[in-house]
Amino acid sequence: MSRHDVETAIAEELYRIAPDIDLADVDRGADLREEFDIDSMDFLTLVTALSKRFGTDMPEADYQQMRSFDALATYLQTHTS
Amino acid sequence: MPSLGADMEAGTLVEQLIAPGQPVKRGDVIGAVETQKGVIEIEVFEDGVLETWLIEIGTEVPVGTALAVIRSDDEVAEDIPPEPQKDVQEPVTAKPPPAQVGTRPRITPAARRLMAQMGVDAADLDIAAGETIARVDIETRHPRAKPKPQADMRTAIAAAMSRSKREIPHYYLSHTVDLTAADAFATRTNAGRSPEDRLLITVLYAKAIARAVGKYPEFNGHFKEDLFHPSEAVHLGLATHIRGGGLVAAALLDAEDQPLDALMASMRDLVTRVRAGRFKARELSDATITLTSLGERGVDQLYGVIYPPQVAIVGVGTQRMQPVVHEGQVTARLAASLTLAADHRVSDGHRGALFLRAIDKFLQEPETL
Repeated sequence: MSRHDVETAIAEELYRIAPDIDLADVDRGADLREEFDIDSMDFLTLVTALSKRFGTDMPEADYQQMRSFDALATYLQTHTS
Repeated sequence: MPSLGADMEAGTLVEQLIAPGQPVKRGDVIGAVETQKGVIEIEVFEDGVLETWLIEIGTEVPVGTALAVIRSDDEVAEDIPPEPQKDVQEPVTAKPPPAQVGTRPRITPAARRLMAQMGVDAADLDIAAGETIARVDIETRHPRAKPKPQADMRTAIAAAMSRSKREIPHYYLSHTVDLTAADAFATRTNAGRSPEDRLLITVLYAKAIARAVGKYPEFNGHFKEDLFHPSEAVHLGLATHIRGGGLVAAALLDAEDQPLDALMASMRDLVTRVRAGRFKARELSDATITLTSLGERGVDQLYGVIYPPQVAIVGVGTQRMQPVVHEGQVTARLAASLTLAADHRVSDGHRGALFLRAIDKFLQEPETL
């Protein structure tokens, strides 16, 4: 899957959770939870949605690799064929 | 004439909002008095029928003077109160009544505040001379004055929290809880699970509280009509932050009966619905105790304000690695501050402390939850 498609998918799922945050305004390299003002419940909702969409498990042990928007995109790209 | 401050000796009745013969409910504003501190609304404290006003508008009377007669619902209809004895009730300093009837509209303080907030001028409203304008009239007459949902939520929070701080004598306790075991349990449980079945540590807090109130029932229930009514069921209110501002504390119903995985599913469902603005009236009205957790990006400690008519709120600060003495050594452990704000009319600090320790004990043995 192309980087663009992955980023579009993340942006769509983030929009469901945080419709008030414009992706153009956030620092994609900074902490995702801070940038989108999401809590642990929101993050779990995001991971659940992306995991279904990409058919990958996204284990909790890998959460550290999903700290920012960019890191999450890279993670998903690496873990989906 | 109520005393609205130790330094107040007298007040002037400036508004009568309820006509004789009309029913009143506890909490209704029936009039307003002018004091040195400004115009203050008068609430009634019982249900009944306003029989008669004893004091005319514009009259200054000393604190303690009866303003009106309210017949409570309990009193039989035949029991007609004696005619007010006008000569005995003669006010000390009778001023000529201000030009109130037939000249300019009377606008209640609450209505005046709303008009000021909304930037509505009295001239914009179609008010007949001598008419009394209450807050609700402003809302119906002026479309611009219709408050937004956000403002409604703030108003509701303001009302509940003001009532809480006015009526409930809170006491506060704090206790540091080691979360190493709870965190390890969640990590272990989640390791083989797909995201939709994973636990959050918050559900462990919720379950620990639900279990602990079984032993300490004086923290779970409602305080109504000067009596505490303990609840058999634990309907655990979850203080949930709403994006864009506001807070809703809807309840996880029957939290004590639900196994951990079921409770986690209920919590996800509840938080999702609350954030979408869809919840049942019962989930709001029936909460028997509330949990407020600052989550991952908060600060160390919070002391909650009890949601009336509940009698306790448990707070959990943000968990972080901190120096803790563990087995005789100062080590870095994952810990958080557990707090209790509880109603002193119902419980005391001693029992409150035991209650917090019981929650702590359950969090040390998460597999038993």
